[in-house]
Amino acid sequence: MEKGMKDHAALAEAFINDEERVDWHDGALWWIRQKRDIASKQIPEWEDLRETASRIKNNVLSNLHDYLLQFEANATLNGIKVHWAADAEEHNAIVYSILKDKDIKQMVKSKSMLTEECHLNEYLIERGVDVINSDLGEYIQQLDNEPPSHIVLPCIHKRKEEIGEIFHEHLGTEKGVSDPTTLTRFARRHLRDVFITRRAALTGVNFAVAETGEYVVCTNEGNADMGAHLSEVQIASMGIEKIIPKKAHLGVFLRLLARSATGQPITIYSSHFKKPREGQEMHLILVDLGRSRQLGRVDFRDSLKCIKCGACMNTCPVYRKSGGLSYHNTIAGPIGAILAPNLDMKKHADLPFASTLCGSCSNVCPVKINIHDQLYQWRQVIVREGYAANTKVLGMKAMAWTLSSPTSYSTLGKAGRWVLNNIPFAVNNKFNPWYKQRDMPDGPKESFDAWYAKNNSQDSEKD
Amino acid sequence: MTVGLFIPCYVNQFYPQAAIATLQLLRKVGVEVVYPSKQTCCGQPMANSGFEHLTQECNDLFLENFSKFDYIVAPSASCVLHVKQHLHSATDPAEADRVRSNVYELVEFLTDVLKVENLRARFPHKVGIHQSCHGLRGLYLAQMSELNALPFSKPVHLLNMVEGLELVTLDRPDECCGFGGTFCVAEEAVSVKMGKDRVTDHTKNGAEYITSVDLSCLMHLEGILHRNKSAIKAVHIAEILNSTL
Ligand code: SF4
Repeated sequence: MEKGMKDHAALAEAFINDEERVDWHDGALWWIRQKRDIASKQIPEWEDLRETASRIKNNVLSNLHDYLLQFEANATLNGIKVHWAADAEEHNAIVYSILKDKDIKQMVKSKSMLTEECHLNEYLIERGVDVINSDLGEYIQQLDNEPPSHIVLPCIHKRKEEIGEIFHEHLGTEKGVSDPTTLTRFARRHLRDVFITRRAALTGVNFAVAETGEYVVCTNEGNADMGAHLSEVQIASMGIEKIIPKKAHLGVFLRLLARSATGQPITIYSSHFKKPREGQEMHLILVDLGRSRQLGRVDFRDSLKCIKCGACMNTCPVYRKSGGLSYHNTIAGPIGAILAPNLDMKKHADLPFASTLCGSCSNVCPVKINIHDQLYQWRQVIVREGYAANTKVLGMKAMAWTLSSPTSYSTLGKAGRWVLNNIPFAVNNKFNPWYKQRDMPDGPKESFDAWYAKNNSQDSEKD
Repeated sequence: MTVGLFIPCYVNQFYPQAAIATLQLLRKVGVEVVYPSKQTCCGQPMANSGFEHLTQECNDLFLENFSKFDYIVAPSASCVLHVKQHLHSATDPAEADRVRSNVYELVEFLTDVLKVENLRARFPHKVGIHQSCHGLRGLYLAQMSELNALPFSKPVHLLNMVEGLELVTLDRPDECCGFGGTFCVAEEAVSVKMGKDRVTDHTKNGAEYITSVDLSCLMHLEGILHRNKSAIKAVHIAEILNSTL
């Protein structure tokens, strides 16, 4: 962790201080997790679908280079201008140059986590381009000057009263209005004006088909389509891992995506974009941004199979109790915790430890990413590379020493029990994080060792 | 068949009654059990904290203690899972391999190896099962709610043999309790909130006891129950299965 920056534990603690909010955040996400359970259990071949999706993605990752070139060739034939960006800076510069070319000063954006990763909005605003996020949740987050806290439900951590307040402050709705329908209607009217007046629209990409050179964007609000259909310049930003080989594979992923994300059978709009309309320009930017480095890390390359459904976040009890913003990274939750250290190990050294390794994420994941195993592996890497706190290193060394000798272990065990029984305040104090809200176990009079020696001397193998 | 009894460090020091129940239960079902007294810890706390490289001596000690047994059984799913996944030997990898595949959590040993079909036990109480995540998703002791697959549960199979015992149905049958090894202190706030919510699920559904195959989860939940002066008690599954008629 960087000096002065709060780590996940500290940010989570601040979130948990408002327990009522946590209960409701936890409940809302659990409700979606249950919807996902019901939806997935209505499809007898669900587990086969997961396996198929996982294998398709494995194939993609093993042949990424070829599929990308195939996609580029086909997309170009379709009339899409394909660009390549190695990092955020390059991506942002490309977007800006496209807009500058046409002298466009306003752009509407539909939800794209990649452009969040690239901090595109800030970049463009600094250069005099006005950007509006058209996905309702993202729009609210943008008004409140906060990043999304969830990849599918960007403002799930906000109460409707808070949203009403934000609308009142920024859009001039009446004070105290917090009815979701009223607010949504208002936002919709406001965004319609935006769609009509913007000459450029940027969307993310859910799937890009190598075989046909087309791409698919999934939204529930239709905002991507609205922007794209009305614009004269359409830009799509996609991470290079979003490729799938064939159009026939789309069925597998579209069935999995919506069910895993929200429990819907399919997203309301799954829009296919293949070629520009007459008079329209269509650009697609293929962005690496650490993906190829992650592909080279054998233990972590599987993380690139992610289709960003958010199911791992909804199922993760740590995420549900601590909120997405506590992960201080664009992609929060279990998948974020294995993607983030690839981008900046020092800054994100805390994230792989923000898990109990319960394993629910790996089993809910529609593309079978072994998320919790990767969290375990990252811990090993982070310690090996020297990003663990010194006190922890010393503590672990002492533990290893104690546990490697039965004599020192048994002496310390006795000491520990004696302390618990005779001077509990030595451990039951505020410096002991266990004791803050939990009692220590009662120290029994004797250990099992001692009991066994007394009662079973015939089988005991004493030294 | 001789079983080597593996009693994890914290069970040995803090929960000897569960270890005793495990030993007695195994004997009751006719197994010859030996407890190698030079054992310490499986090394999991270090490994899960990112220090797997410091666990070689724990591994060697484990092998020294347990290589001679046909089976190794422990009343802790989490430690068993660690051994199964991470026990390695620099000098005798084949032996480490053999030990890894012969180590069992108590419940799975009773159901899968011994195929126990009846127990003379009585525990006339309402009991909620806390699924240990390492037992559930690591050792697959029961079906997890994430998968689209037929339900089963090895702990329930055994608890159904206990006279008078009534299982309560929880709202979230397999949610993690938030113990997570060093997570419980490194992420104290989240850990406690998760534990409190687990406890509430049991309370709300009328449990008098919370049981589990993992004492580490129970130690955490018990700490919360005690602090909040709850009447609910935490008890390891071995103690229930070993309770007398
Ligand atoms: S890791 Fe899996 S569950 Fe999580 S967002 Fe990606 S695809 Fe969905």
